[in-house]
Amino acid sequence: MKKILPFLALLLVVAMAGIKFRAPKNPGAFDVAGFSQLPLLHNGRLKPFDTVARTSLLQLQGEQRFNPSNAPKPSTMERLADGLSGKRKPAHRPIEWLLDVCFRTEVADTYQIFEIDNADVIALFNLKTEDGRDGKRFSFNQLAKGLGELDRQAKLAAQVESAARNAFQRGVTHLHANLVHYRRLQYALVAPTRPNFLGDLKNLQENVDAGIAAVQAKQAGQPHDAALAAAMIEIGEPFVDMANVSNFLVIPPSPGETDPTAWKTAGVALLETFRSKQVNFAALAYAAFAHAWRNDKPEQFNELVRLYRNDLEKRFQAEMKKTTVETRFNAASVFTSSFTIYAIAFFAALFSWMAWPETFGRIAFWLVIVAFALATAGIATRMWLEGRPPVTNLYSSALFIGWTAVALCLVLEWFYRNAIGSAAAGLVGFGTLIIADRLHLSGDTLEMMRAVLDSNFWLATHVVVVASGYSATFLAGFLALIYVFRGLFTTTLDKATADSLARMVYGIVCFATLFSFVGTILGGIWADQSWGRFWGWDPKENGALIIVIWNALILHARWGGMIKQRGLMCLAIGGNIATAWSWFGTNMLGVGLHSYGFTDAAFMALIGFALSQLIIIGLANLPLEKWRSFRT
Amino acid sequence: MNNTVRQVRDFFVSLKLTVVLLALGILLIFAGTLAQVNLGIWAVQKQFFQSFIAIWHIGKLYVPIPGGYLVGGLLLINLIAAHIYRFQLTWKKAGIQLTHLGVILLLVGELLSGLWQETYTMRIVEGQTANYSEHERDFELAVVDTTDAKFDDVVAIPESLLADGRTVQHPKLPFRVVTKLHYPNAALARRTGQSSAPVVQNLATAGIGTQLETTSLPLTYKENERNIPAAFVELIGTGGSLGTWLVSPDLGAPQSFSHDGRTWKLALRQTRAYKPFAITLREVRHDVYPGTDIPKNFSSRVRLTTLDGSDDRDVLIYMNNPMRHGGYTFYQHQMDAGHRTTVLQAVRNPSWAIPYLACALMTLGLLWQFCFHLFGFVGKRHKLRPAAA
Repeated sequence: MKKILPFLALLLVVAMAGIKFRAPKNPGAFDVAGFSQLPLLHNGRLKPFDTVARTSLLQLQGEQRFNPSNAPKPSTMERLADGLSGKRKPAHRPIEWLLDVCFRTEVADTYQIFEIDNADVIALFNLKTEDGRDGKRFSFNQLAKGLGELDRQAKLAAQVESAARNAFQRGVTHLHANLVHYRRLQYALVAPTRPNFLGDLKNLQENVDAGIAAVQAKQAGQPHDAALAAAMIEIGEPFVDMANVSNFLVIPPSPGETDPTAWKTAGVALLETFRSKQVNFAALAYAAFAHAWRNDKPEQFNELVRLYRNDLEKRFQAEMKKTTVETRFNAASVFTSSFTIYAIAFFAALFSWMAWPETFGRIAFWLVIVAFALATAGIATRMWLEGRPPVTNLYSSALFIGWTAVALCLVLEWFYRNAIGSAAAGLVGFGTLIIADRLHLSGDTLEMMRAVLDSNFWLATHVVVVASGYSATFLAGFLALIYVFRGLFTTTLDKATADSLARMVYGIVCFATLFSFVGTILGGIWADQSWGRFWGWDPKENGALIIVIWNALILHARWGGMIKQRGLMCLAIGGNIATAWSWFGTNMLGVGLHSYGFTDAAFMALIGFALSQLIIIGLANLPLEKWRSFRT
Repeated sequence: MNNTVRQVRDFFVSLKLTVVLLALGILLIFAGTLAQVNLGIWAVQKQFFQSFIAIWHIGKLYVPIPGGYLVGGLLLINLIAAHIYRFQLTWKKAGIQLTHLGVILLLVGELLSGLWQETYTMRIVEGQTANYSEHERDFELAVVDTTDAKFDDVVAIPESLLADGRTVQHPKLPFRVVTKLHYPNAALARRTGQSSAPVVQNLATAGIGTQLETTSLPLTYKENERNIPAAFVELIGTGGSLGTWLVSPDLGAPQSFSHDGRTWKLALRQTRAYKPFAITLREVRHDVYPGTDIPKNFSSRVRLTTLDGSDDRDVLIYMNNPMRHGGYTFYQHQMDAGHRTTVLQAVRNPSWAIPYLACALMTLGLLWQFCFHLFGFVGKRHKLRPAAA
């Protein structure tokens, strides 16, 4: 039993993570999986519709799950019961929601997907929390009557500097931005005001010459076919709305075009018809998709997916490969699997200190390796998709800091084999992935780099090295947490374990000093290269410097004999506060050249984290007779 | 050695002092970061990092903390003293010594660049040529004799002299310059007589200032705002007052007057530094990612021409790629592509190489130290393994 258990655990998690790597199956007769891989250009990046659907849902309702029935979220127990009894219905895909938003607006408007956290904002629409799904999500139809008032409030809030807005103003601004996003989606592919858009386009193509002549004659005040001119204007006017509203560049460059980024909105492409006298092929294809989706014609839809894909693949082979991989990457959700496995590994490591150290220690170590491999694959895929070094924004910094810390833990575990490395890996991996998950809510995390940061060389050197310094400082702090908790609350911290933990913390602090220092210095050189000064006392620079000095302080205090084992642990925990401050706190100040990731809700979390660390430092200073491990 | 001297020596070479100074450094940096929210980055640099004592405002409390010069200075003394006192020439110590030598250089370099670094900006419109740059935050009163069409004879009086309210007498000027009132930040508006803002008394008797009203504003430290000074200056010749002028960079064009058969121009402007070379702006570019307004690239194509004719070439300045010439480094600073205007930042820092040298030394030292320990650790474990088996 003891021997087989680690293999069973390994098998289980590999199966759990691996099942998500299967090619996605369609929930119904429509080939929505095929549609979800089609490319479009948005926010400067070619991406599949799948990513647009997922990031839009995240941004609007705070989760990727699409729930067309507006039913409250089932509890974990209910889901488990359904799963065991085999009654589990195929889950709805985010892409199905997007198809409804684009092609069946009247249905999509009933989905409760607009998350409103602020009670005053809800009251703006004469709604109550119980009117919404999960007490906070409302449909477009529910909000429709209050849109005028929301507009007015959003304009008032816009006059206030973003850092100075109160919760209501932030809520209003957020909801307003979400409604704008929703409208851009509605107008992205077809005109939502024209139920038979395909018919419109066919009509336009058949009468294009006579129609244009009639409209021109009408404008010049000459005799013309009044009915035809009116029909043409009725068809053409929605194109203007589409061109003005949407910013999703869904129409690929024309075959003769040399600029690969010359994608257009559907509206712009359709307006060109009046010059080229030829309705754009891709725009026509999307109108046909709309027709098939609205009229429940899966065969038509699936045939269109096949034809349109084939056409695109001829011209955009490399791009299509990326969007296909990205869709699979989205579905595999490797970071979610990795997150769960880190948590299990952490508990396995905890158990190993109480019973069956060999078995549970081995389980913990193997699970950490699986989780680490998944995270590595995820980060590597993101790098390949983006063509960038690993850290490009706050989200990817969380992924990378976790990854580096776990890598260091694996090294520690290799040398010490006492499950401490695995426990720390589970804790740090889990923690950083939670942070990444929170940061993901703002939308697509594969963003384009702003001009000032657009340098792969410095991203690969300064940013990577400084992030490794952050993660080592965190790791030292988390190892110290393990020391304090094991020592205070359990009897498992014997002398040998305590000494090896102290050696680990000391070694990691040395590593942290080296990396945070070299990283900060590289940052200075980058600043000298691009802004003309080596050091400018900018908040982010100061944050990094605080980490360097803090680590140097620990080392000097240790060398000078000013601190012993417990002092080292207390200072290492203090390093957690310094790192959290540098990573997030400095972005919350809203000043400086570096502040690229402002997040206001995180402020309370940061204060809470700092306080918790201070409390633990306080606990660590309890007299030794209160420590269960050291009591004699 | 007597007891007191030994105590002083022990104090300055002690590791305890190092740790205390590092802790004070963290406190200073933290306070200096928070203070930027209200004071802005420039004021914080002056008040916190280039000072001996900094005052940290926590709510209504005013807490004095040691400033950058004090912490950095003591750290410098501590480092140098400790190294002289404990110096040993061994391989084991080499890494530590190199690292600390680097830290010493870094501290000295930061001090020097604080003292020596000059930052100017050059605002150029496409097609125009500039042969001077302007100081970002310093102003000067330029009194220009333009009688000779071939050249201008300029007397520039720093704004700081105006602020002191001193009378300026210059051998080239046939009159004295007397500052009657000076405002470090002010706004000008056409006189309406019904302004709601508190308007300062208008002393102007000559020039455009007689038609304007001046409002004194509090000093701003925001990064996207500038302080725009204004002053009333009276020119007094041998035959009495020539009049009182309102001067401010906000006026745009200089004001002209005649005195004693010579034509003069008067302007309060950003302090200029003339260069032995000229820069012509050929083209500005502000590229965004398709379908967004996320900036992808800012660049300025300029023509660099030196007076002696040794240089006459096109240079492309863009983010992360400055132009270096004549001790100056020109960076792409701001851009107004709509008005075909670029703003270059010209920085002169004679001590720019010190941080690079310091970094090289420290990186080498830390790597040395780290490898020394790592190999020691691995070696020790290798020795232990067979014994345990």
